[in-house]
Amino acid sequence: MNPHHPRPRLPRAALAPFRSRMPGVMMTLLMAFVLLFSMGLSLRLGSFPTSIGDVARALLTPDNSDVAFIIRELRLPRIVLAVLVGAALAVAGAILQGLVRNPLASPDVIGITSGAAMMAVLFLAFLRELVSIQWLPTAALLGALLSAGLIFLLTWKRGITPTGMVLVGIGLSAGMGAITTLTIVVSDDAAAMTAYVWLTGSLYAARWQDVLDLLPWLLVGIPLGLARARHLAVMALGDSMATGLGVAIQPSRLILMASSVMLAGAAVAFAGGISFVGLIAPHIAARLVGRQLSRWLPTTAISGALLVLYADLVGRVAFLPEDLPAGIFISAIGAPFFIYLLYRARRRGT
Amino acid sequence: MLTRNATRALGLSLALLIAALAFLASLLLGSRDIALPTLVRALGDYDPGRIDHLIIIAERLPRAVIASLVGASLALAGVLMQTVTRNPLASPGILGINAGAMFCVVVAVSLLPLHTPGQYVWAALLGALLAAGLVMLLSRGPRGELPPLRIVLAGVAVTALFVSFSQGLLIIDRRSFESVLYWLAGSLAGRELALVTPLLPLFAGAFLLSALLARHANALLLGDEAVQGLGLRSGNLKLWLGLAVILLAGCSVALAGMIGFIGLIVPHMARALFGVDHRWLMPASALLGACLLLIADVASRLLMPPQEIPVGVMTALIGTPFFIYLARRQAT
Repeated sequence: MNPHHPRPRLPRAALAPFRSRMPGVMMTLLMAFVLLFSMGLSLRLGSFPTSIGDVARALLTPDNSDVAFIIRELRLPRIVLAVLVGAALAVAGAILQGLVRNPLASPDVIGITSGAAMMAVLFLAFLRELVSIQWLPTAALLGALLSAGLIFLLTWKRGITPTGMVLVGIGLSAGMGAITTLTIVVSDDAAAMTAYVWLTGSLYAARWQDVLDLLPWLLVGIPLGLARARHLAVMALGDSMATGLGVAIQPSRLILMASSVMLAGAAVAFAGGISFVGLIAPHIAARLVGRQLSRWLPTTAISGALLVLYADLVGRVAFLPEDLPAGIFISAIGAPFFIYLLYRARRRGT
Repeated sequence: MLTRNATRALGLSLALLIAALAFLASLLLGSRDIALPTLVRALGDYDPGRIDHLIIIAERLPRAVIASLVGASLALAGVLMQTVTRNPLASPGILGINAGAMFCVVVAVSLLPLHTPGQYVWAALLGALLAAGLVMLLSRGPRGELPPLRIVLAGVAVTALFVSFSQGLLIIDRRSFESVLYWLAGSLAGRELALVTPLLPLFAGAFLLSALLARHANALLLGDEAVQGLGLRSGNLKLWLGLAVILLAGCSVALAGMIGFIGLIVPHMARALFGVDHRWLMPASALLGACLLLIADVASRLLMPPQEIPVGVMTALIGTPFFIYLARRQAT
């Protein structure tokens, strides 16, 4: 067993995922309220001043004024997209950390994000003139799937080991990063800057259509992950133990990996290379409610949503008239926090 | 593997010969090929009025010198890191040392009035130290052990941290776009020889330190008791070796930005040829590192004319398959 994984739960607790005690549930509910409140706050704030009354009127009545348009068609889709993207990245990270049995794994570390980034930058550099920009998310998603497929293919040796997967992913990520840099260097300055903003991760100009395009991936990815999530706790005990307990390791691994890739790939496709959410949201949730899956996964999703929501809010209103990419602020908060978490975890010897 | 000292010496001379040839190729080849007699005349009787002479003295010579210096340093740093961490995947690029140095250089160039490598090399050294400290802090177990997967992941996380900070800086301050991209991609172009001289004492110090510690590094491979047998505490020895790594990687980044994979690949090549004895391994790695970066640089000029590929991209494209090969072997 890997000594660096947080203490594994007993299989019995893991196999009954929806039986939980009150305090954790309360905390999760509290977080959900905070999220709702933050969404409301975010709706009210922006470059154009609006009041709570404006927000309520825009949401509740079929009002066609300019204010209602700003709130309903500009701010709301962006906020909803931020929440969905944050939740998807966070859950993808949680699944991956469980799968790899290491708290340092996340979609951006093992190369899923860089696959998406590579395809997106290639698209911006070479297909921009030929194809509508609306195909950018598709290209990015294809990149995520491509890199996940390559990771699997290159790691495969009579099965997949988590360690192999992470190491191969890191290598692949460096190679794809090189192709991304090369593309940026050879393309003209304007395209290069667009590519850079995309790489940092931005929700600028989100539309309802983006939300609608993203949703199906979440609706498939999350249930797929949940269906096998209970195997994570068993897998944490080690391959041989899990096999002994009757868990088919390789199929479970494949399904969980697929769900993680779907969630991370779709999120990155619509929001660009936002990093650190998948890395830190699971840790925040674990500190709040512990690691029992039924509480941990929903809290992880909410934490991720809050992170992206606030990062986007700060980027949108704090530096007016500039609209800065959310990714900058997530890195600025997320990276030091992540290092603090790791340091704590190390001192406790986990 | 070459086992007898005579054959090893022969191998080393051969590596030196190849490095010299690569250096020559770096002077002669490019978007404008230059004939050998012109080169000799440019070196012996320099005439700034002639374009060929100008290209050689102002552009190609500094470039070849920097490539040899940086290639040798990164390879040597890789050897030392792989020995200290006992991890075949360790290298200044993978463990985040380059990224830390790069970030501090970017801050120094875009926010502080520091403009020549002689001025911001201190920022690079500080960044390298910071990154090394962070990775060690994050990956050391309670009893000082360094689990292989954990140290690699910590390195990648630290790299992600510094790279995303640099990207953020880039987007906030768009004027520094060109310079930041230069550091991020790694490049040997457009440096004058005069910029290299202030860094030479640091490079020399690092090479000397590594040479002095070669025998002790051998003992480190055998275990901590063997180090004590030589009259040194293994913790102290690791600190000295770490200092050498930081000097080598920091100065390299100050000159050429993030160039990855040289420090990963070359030590493995050198070990396969010359064995694990550091007294042979270190000079061999330095020579092979210089060769590899010189060749990668020439290739980066010739592959897509008139566009130059950043040499960091070239080394990453060469290095990725090799890393994946090592990772597959490591994972079983």
